Amino acid sequence: MTKSTDNSVIDPFEAALSVQDVKGRSPWEDAWHRLLKNRAAVYSAFIMAFMLMLVVFGPMLISWESDFTDWDHTSSPPSVESGHWFGTDAVGRDILVRTLEGGRISLLVGLVATIVSLLIGVSYGAVAGYFGGAADRMMMRVVDIIYALPFMFFVILLMVVFGRHILFIFVAIGAVNWLDMARIVRGQTLSLRNTEFIEAARACGVGDWAIIRRHIIPNLLGLVIVYATLTIPQVILLESFLSFLGLGVQEPMSSWGGLVADGAQDMESAPWTLIVPAVFLTVTLYCFNYIGDGLRDAFDPKDRL
Amino acid sequence: MALLEVKDLNVGFCTPEGEVHAVNKLDFSLKAGDALAIVGESGSGKTQTVMALMGLLADNGRVNGQALFKGEDLLKMSTTELNKHRGREIAMIFQDPLTSLNPYLRIGKQMIEVVRHHQGLSKAEARAQAVEMLRAVRIPDPERRLNQYPHEFSGGMRQRVMVAMGLLCEPDLLIADEPTTALDVTVQVQISHLMGELRKKSNTAIILITHDLGVVAGLCERVLVMYAGEAVECGSAEQIFYDPRHPYTQGLLDSVPRLDRPDDKELHAIPGNPPNLLSLPEGCKFRDRCPKAHDACKHEPPMQVTEDRHAYRCFLGESA
Repeated sequence: MTKSTDNSVIDPFEAALSVQDVKGRSPWEDAWHRLLKNRAAVYSAFIMAFMLMLVVFGPMLISWESDFTDWDHTSSPPSVESGHWFGTDAVGRDILVRTLEGGRISLLVGLVATIVSLLIGVSYGAVAGYFGGAADRMMMRVVDIIYALPFMFFVILLMVVFGRHILFIFVAIGAVNWLDMARIVRGQTLSLRNTEFIEAARACGVGDWAIIRRHIIPNLLGLVIVYATLTIPQVILLESFLSFLGLGVQEPMSSWGGLVADGAQDMESAPWTLIVPAVFLTVTLYCFNYIGDGLRDAFDPKDRL
Repeated sequence: MALLEVKDLNVGFCTPEGEVHAVNKLDFSLKAGDALAIVGESGSGKTQTVMALMGLLADNGRVNGQALFKGEDLLKMSTTELNKHRGREIAMIFQDPLTSLNPYLRIGKQMIEVVRHHQGLSKAEARAQAVEMLRAVRIPDPERRLNQYPHEFSGGMRQRVMVAMGLLCEPDLLIADEPTTALDVTVQVQISHLMGELRKKSNTAIILITHDLGVVAGLCERVLVMYAGEAVECGSAEQIFYDPRHPYTQGLLDSVPRLDRPDDKELHAIPGNPPNLLSLPEGCKFRDRCPKAHDACKHEPPMQVTEDRHAYRCFLGESA
């Protein structure tokens, strides 16, 4: 065997080795790659993206108005001929367009309330956990007190005093949801605070606020993202519950919860009025839960490869 | 003038069981460029001593005494005042390289943060300095390494990064809390050589906390032996290694293998356990474990100082 044949075998490997430039891969990228391997989460993400497009642009493409009453087709079952693909309700309004527009409200409530609870909860929890001691005790007692207020009572009070407005649904849900977030974040911060890299940062003379911003919050983010994706369906469900009870969005506007409530009344004569919004609601909740689960697995450091 | 002068340092922790006396009446001083080793068993107060100096005690910690750094008392400073010294003039290297770096930030970002914070350099200058320091601690290909995350480094490399971070601002005092404990022997040697080299270069004083007497011999001129929160012996490395006066120091040395001694001697463990720091006994704290204890040891032993600055807290060899 000659020397040249040896080299011809080795050369491609050497070339591959020299080209290979190892680039830093952050824990975020690792988590992202793990997430992409999770089929349920990826499919859910696609379905959610599709759902979002549908809800945002769908109503523009459908010729029916959500509050248009089609007297020729009241309580008509789904049919292509009438143009009401998913049927109409008892007063002749198109179910599909109402469901899509209701979806706007439901998803909006879910996103806005979650973002609000995220902002308040993370900063509140991180501050309480990082400073600890008396500040922590006082801040967490405030959380306990708000937690102890009966939620329904609080909502009804808001509605009675300020009148029914969609804004108050955001306020009511936001006011309750940040509490959980604050508790979780505070607990995590307490354990982070004693890690050596926080101590090292303090030994380097980094100020308290800089430590919270640069070191605590990035380390919390994985947990927070997971919890946020699990909060969105929770909030959507809460809003649906309020609407189901008649405390939520008012006619002619509607949300998935309100539509399900309407549909439940005509369940026997016109089941499609219940089934269509219920399917949308359920699919959304499932998707968010799968995405949340996938994220949790992706961020779990024990799973790191 | 001494760079650091610690006088009558006491550190205690309030616990539900009572006060834990972690450090008691400790005195030592350090000149610029000095290297002092603090040795002792686990729980002898080594770490808490330096934590007190750095203002990093746990919330239930309580400290009194004096720690004059360039004439200013570190123990009386507010956090803001302390932050002017920490990192810039006093740096610290922690024990566990695996948890001392923020896993979510690139190495470069963590290093550059320190320099920019203290020296007000531009990003590019700070980066250049970080690269240089990584090269100094023998991390290959530092420009590329700066963009990586802690989990992409081995334990030894992470510890070297920690050393580099500690030395970035060319501090006057470097506190190294068991910097080599988590590392294997070859890396231990590298790290201690590195600290010795950098010390010569920038005249940095070092406080090395360790229970590894081998590392001490290689790096430090002066050694402080602590037991139950007290200094029991203090002297030059030769004095401690070849002429230990305190029975505890003798016991410590007998418990490690040495190349410079005939091999016929067995290794001896010190019998018993250190005293409960909640209720320290009267008199000599080492009494119960001391092979040479006698009646006088029930009283507080004096700190004896020989002519060549070798101090030890024991009745033995008292000239009286």
